[in-house]
Amino acid sequence: MTNHYIDIRNSDCILIMGSNAAENHPISFKWVLRAKDQGAKVIHVDPRFTRTSAMADFHTSLRSGTDIAFLGGMIKYILDNNKYFDDYVHNYTNASFIVDEKFTFNDGLFSGYDPGKRKYDKSTWTIKVDSTGIPIKDPTLQNPRCVFQLLKAHYSRYDLEKVSSITGTPVEDLKAVYEMFSSTGVKDKAGTILYALGWTQHTVGAQNIRTMAIIQLLLGNIGICGGGVNALRGEPNVQGSTDQAILTHILPGYLKSPSASQTTLDEYLKKFTPKSSEPQSANWWQNTPKYTVSLLKAWYGDKATKENDFCYSFIPKVDDGQDATLLAMFDKMYNKQIKGLVVIGQNPACSTPNANKVRKAFAELDWMVHVNIFDNETPSFWKGPGVDSKKIKTEVFLLPAAASMEKEGSMSNSGRWVQWKYKAANPPGDALSAGDIVYRIMAKVKEIYKKERGTFPDPILNLQWNYADKKGMWDPVAVAKAVNGYFLEDVTIGEKTYKKGECVPSFALLQADGKTSSGNWLYCGSFTQDGTNLMARRKKDDPTGLGLYPQWSWCWPVNRRIIYNRASVDADGKPYNPKRPLLAWVDGKWAGDVPDGPWPPLTDQEKGKLPFIMKPDGVSSLFGPGMAEGPFPEHYEPLESPLSKNLMSAQLNNPAIRIFTGDIDKVANADPAFPYVCTTYTSTEHWCTGGSTRWQSWLTEAQPQAYVEISRELAEICGVKNGEMVKVESPRGQVECVAMVTTRFRPFKIGGQTIHQVGMTFNYGWLFPKDCGDSANLLTPTVGDANTMTPEYKAFMVNVKKI
Amino acid sequence: MSNGKSILVDTSRCTACRGCQVACKQWNELPGTKTKQVGTYQNPQDLSSETWKLVRFAEGIKDNGKPFWYFFSDQCRHCLVPPCLDTIQGYTDGGALQDQATGAVLFTPKSKEAPFDEVRSSCPYNIPRKDEKTGVLKKCTLCLDRISNGRPPACVLSCPTGALVFGERDEILQMVDKRVEALKITYPKAKAIDADQVRVIYIVTDDPRKYHEHAAA
Repeated sequence: MTNHYIDIRNSDCILIMGSNAAENHPISFKWVLRAKDQGAKVIHVDPRFTRTSAMADFHTSLRSGTDIAFLGGMIKYILDNNKYFDDYVHNYTNASFIVDEKFTFNDGLFSGYDPGKRKYDKSTWTIKVDSTGIPIKDPTLQNPRCVFQLLKAHYSRYDLEKVSSITGTPVEDLKAVYEMFSSTGVKDKAGTILYALGWTQHTVGAQNIRTMAIIQLLLGNIGICGGGVNALRGEPNVQGSTDQAILTHILPGYLKSPSASQTTLDEYLKKFTPKSSEPQSANWWQNTPKYTVSLLKAWYGDKATKENDFCYSFIPKVDDGQDATLLAMFDKMYNKQIKGLVVIGQNPACSTPNANKVRKAFAELDWMVHVNIFDNETPSFWKGPGVDSKKIKTEVFLLPAAASMEKEGSMSNSGRWVQWKYKAANPPGDALSAGDIVYRIMAKVKEIYKKERGTFPDPILNLQWNYADKKGMWDPVAVAKAVNGYFLEDVTIGEKTYKKGECVPSFALLQADGKTSSGNWLYCGSFTQDGTNLMARRKKDDPTGLGLYPQWSWCWPVNRRIIYNRASVDADGKPYNPKRPLLAWVDGKWAGDVPDGPWPPLTDQEKGKLPFIMKPDGVSSLFGPGMAEGPFPEHYEPLESPLSKNLMSAQLNNPAIRIFTGDIDKVANADPAFPYVCTTYTSTEHWCTGGSTRWQSWLTEAQPQAYVEISRELAEICGVKNGEMVKVESPRGQVECVAMVTTRFRPFKIGGQTIHQVGMTFNYGWLFPKDCGDSANLLTPTVGDANTMTPEYKAFMVNVKKI
Repeated sequence: MSNGKSILVDTSRCTACRGCQVACKQWNELPGTKTKQVGTYQNPQDLSSETWKLVRFAEGIKDNGKPFWYFFSDQCRHCLVPPCLDTIQGYTDGGALQDQATGAVLFTPKSKEAPFDEVRSSCPYNIPRKDEKTGVLKKCTLCLDRISNGRPPACVLSCPTGALVFGERDEILQMVDKRVEALKITYPKAKAIDADQVRVIYIVTDDPRKYHEHAAA
């Protein structure tokens, strides 16, 4: 989230799209309803009418996988009707920047496409700069090559009728949503978006969010109270897991993963440290060397020296262009290229798409270590349906783990608030926290390497691994302090001297010379200099009255509760919205939230800085050349769609996605054998694959068995009555489940034809309870987003047959 | 004496998360029963001696062609003058009682001596259920054990949105009036159900029968 949960209450218009917030983030609705009490409008856009829709002022449906068409229509509406926030668009976005004249867009493809590689050469997706490297701008926004005009031209094709024919949303509903939401494009109104996996889990997932980001920038809704682009994250600590880099493309704190071709630290830093000639740009990522060196110091301690590149060569590198994500991993495993697997708190046998492929892949392993509080379909795959356990060679180790209330540590919520929690009870039996388990395994690995050596033992032997308390147990406070970082020598910065061994109280103090350590620069400042844990704070003061609660827990970065908050004020530092002044420049100081940097407002030509400090040019990107499939989001059909032709262009699918072509990666597009759109989701009552909740009798009582929700109209076609058993089939598998015939799904009119959609939860698996049914992910395809490889769980094709 | 306690059930704030249904079972140590998916989110299908709080789901199409999905977190209303109490007491003295301080209506083990069908049909809201093993009648206790010790009922404590509110009856009645008035601007049919007769007062925004057959007396 750019904002945070409590801030939802400050909104005037809440768009919930790609999310079923009421069911999957019940606490968020506490704040949605507070906003509603103040007169806010709540809009829910979703293929299905859910418990969220029931609470909304307005619900309309769209076919799964058509969000860019829906939102592209909103961009056109905003531009055509002058609903954008002029001052903000001019000053805080790259609307006025001039784009390279060789940049083109033609019938679904941007310039530079290589169909063989399914990749773009992005050399024309650039902003023109003058001789000093500063972007060339047209403040009148009239130049046909400026971003604003190109944006306008791009979305001119997204008229109401075209959008309606793609999404299936009635034209009058589109107009109603566009009108309601774009009414926030004024100084004293705020609109927010709550989204979740309903946007990310598409082959165009990242671009779904980009499209909304463009809308929020046009309306001036980013950096303000009640606004923002807000991802509701699933697990209580899923934000923490990405912050700490549980993904292949990043190191902790969103530093980039190094590739094999960056053989030295210098090459790595040169590649990933952005430069800017814009005089008023803070270009915060210019600090990349400080954060990278401090990270290496946290990992390798005294062994990391300037002479040995701070042990940069010890970090594993991906091959250039290598896909090291989840789908690629299972593909390799299926093709016998991976021998061992460690699974912690997951159930990929039910949670990963094309689960039949995954379950077969497990059989190619020599060993699997599974860390969990309960058994699930993953470690028990060898006794699953249709498996002859005598033929399975995989050795499985099940390690009992402590549940969340049985361990101490930090939890980072969607709003970046890092809250410290304490252990409520000891774990049962031999169970240990996941931290303890990982700690012990690595300690043992080090011991073995020390004894037996190996091909390249240095990275393991030199790794700093000193996180145990006096009893030899893994110490979460020691880890959190290492993540925050220490002064490794006495350091004088400005007037102040910091002593060796003290915590670094802000990332602004981190050094590139090896004198500081920090396991994650974004978390630097979670401890004070004297080692007080700010994440454990529980003070309920709210000096601004805006719900920022600055002394409740701690939030990254530097306890800033709403990021890009300098965009909430004009060039003089005056709040755009005097009713909700998040920041104000008063008597030469900032008052309110922690500002995005200490500099004075923009009118100070010498010291003032632009608000989007993480962007090299200091402004936000309406034109976003960092994306894999284009600087402007474009509608493409999901990999499996009911249509053989994209109604928007000649390009059916996202041209930059990876296509898996193995024998088990079957796809059926516009295939009469699989005529219905299907989407998957979760319910309030179960957690993900149900691996932890299906063992809870009060929850299985409430949601006992797998079901498919289908419209009355489709039920009639299939000859199915409510509550009868059906078989849902895709080219990859089939699932038997109960038909829930409902008025909450309705047929769509798409390109003149009637298209039916159904939906299933992925909460079930064969292990327990025995009659609950198997995973919906037996049906989903092996395909991911072009930027992130997040699987397309949300849109694929099935058939439904009565059993 | 004060006017006792009340619970407000504001269905316009209920997201049907069923935290209340589960919290009731947790506090009262009631088991999760074996259920089947029969084509609805509602489960168990009905109240029972082991389910005293049940979120009911009702769906359909509104006049404007849009779907509706109404949630009704059903439980004993703890009537000010409870007909079930009269019926049980008529057969067995001490089979039911009304707590003087709070107004909570309770069934005791002696309730097994009262004819169940008659007790059930005496209830305008179809709440009492019989434990088939012991014959004892069962239902919500208003968490008398909790509220007598200054704690809110388990269901109220679990509610994330403020759809359930517990407090002094007089204060709850004021809240009810205020909330109904506010809701009427958007929902002309908004009303409180039988507020002058029951302690558990439901606010609905549409015809109560669209929520549940026995929503109103």
